Amino acid sequence: MVVETKEKTKTVTLIITRQDSPDSAPYEETFEVPYRKNMNVISALMEIQKNPVNADGEKVSPVQWEMACLEEVCGACSMVINGRAQQSCSALVDELEQPIRIEPMSTFPVVRDLIVDRSRMFEDLKRIKAWIPIDGTHDLGPGPRMPEKKRQWAYELSKCMTCGVCLEACPNVNDKSDFIGPALLSLPRLYNAHPTGAMNKSERLNALLEDGGIAECGNSQNCVQVCPKGIPLTTSIAAMNRATTIQAFKNFFGSDNAH
Amino acid sequence: MKEHREFFYRRLHSLLGVVPIGIFLVQHLVVNHFIVYGRESFDKAANFMANLPFVLMLEIFVIYLPILFHAVLGVYIVFEAKNNVRRYGYFRNWMFLLQRITGIITLIFIAWHVWETRVQVGLGNVELNSGLMEGILTQPFLFWFYVIGILSTVFHLANGLWSFCVSWGIAQTPRSQQIVTYFTVIVFIVVSYIGLRTIIEFAYLI
Repeated sequence: MVVETKEKTKTVTLIITRQDSPDSAPYEETFEVPYRKNMNVISALMEIQKNPVNADGEKVSPVQWEMACLEEVCGACSMVINGRAQQSCSALVDELEQPIRIEPMSTFPVVRDLIVDRSRMFEDLKRIKAWIPIDGTHDLGPGPRMPEKKRQWAYELSKCMTCGVCLEACPNVNDKSDFIGPALLSLPRLYNAHPTGAMNKSERLNALLEDGGIAECGNSQNCVQVCPKGIPLTTSIAAMNRATTIQAFKNFFGSDNAH
Repeated sequence: MKEHREFFYRRLHSLLGVVPIGIFLVQHLVVNHFIVYGRESFDKAANFMANLPFVLMLEIFVIYLPILFHAVLGVYIVFEAKNNVRRYGYFRNWMFLLQRITGIITLIFIAWHVWETRVQVGLGNVELNSGLMEGILTQPFLFWFYVIGILSTVFHLANGLWSFCVSWGIAQTPRSQQIVTYFTVIVFIVVSYIGLRTIIEFAYLI
């Protein structure tokens, strides 16, 4: 019984960088929420939603954030927690130093509070042709088979959920540069590894050759350290560096294999 | 075809850093090391280099233009980055920052170094011999300026060799990139030794 009372009085302190609208100035607000065992940052934010009162006892508008799957596969709940970009669903309160500082990712335009607009990544997915065209006017039949070994490493690349954490950690993705970002350099490798996708290999590589493409990478390798899915991003970037070098030579000198 | 110019410039920047600039740097430090074998050896070597056939053309196309291009695009690259080692203090992120800091130091150092040696020799104000460098390096401030300049230049080359191997897709796997890191540490130590040994000779031992 005594233990229970103790647990009830225990609180979690959150310092959240808030912003009321895309154009308004950001400000910090502190919240105290009751502690529960095995809380993650999202459940702490839900407590604020239930009782939107800040540490000064003022009733405020509840903090807004984005979430969907709650199991680190959708990429929607990325935010900067204690200085490090990560998924808030898998950020456990017990493992975080208090007070927990939460900010929106600074690489993307803020919509409100912790909600950012990641649509630049969607535009770039289209730019690098992050898909495999299989539709024809008639049934094209089954495609070529994929070697198992290749499938295994390609599967790791397919875990990318365009969460934007690698873009946030990259020193070369910012408002002074038009760099496409690490995730978008890894995905062409995934689609080029696929035997059907390989038929459009050069289109994806040529997209990486464009301004703001792969050449802007400065090899700080933060991306591979922060990727929540453990994707070998720097291996992919180096692989695409090699592929784009060869593609550039083929483009200039000519090649029948530049499909 | 859409703009591929940036890709071309960045790859050219990476290539020029190694060939010819990197090769020139090592050659330059090795030739200067002749001072360790005495004034005569140094003066003979320096005059041999200064009197190579077509020396001005060699200087322009092998040294000045490549360095100028590397410097101009390099400064642009420095200001493009938004460094974040405070938040993400990983080894490679520090190297990324140091590559940019040493790039700027090296640019200042080279500008000063060329001004007080090559330009002054060209203007006929000083004579190209061991006395010129002795006069510079026996001044404590300039000696330390040269120590920092040489270390910064050699670091920039050694770490640049690593990014060259990655940027051209030579080293792909984490393992190979790690081995290249070890290799570049050795390059840094060996080439720094050659450079520092030379200026210590000029400053204290000659």
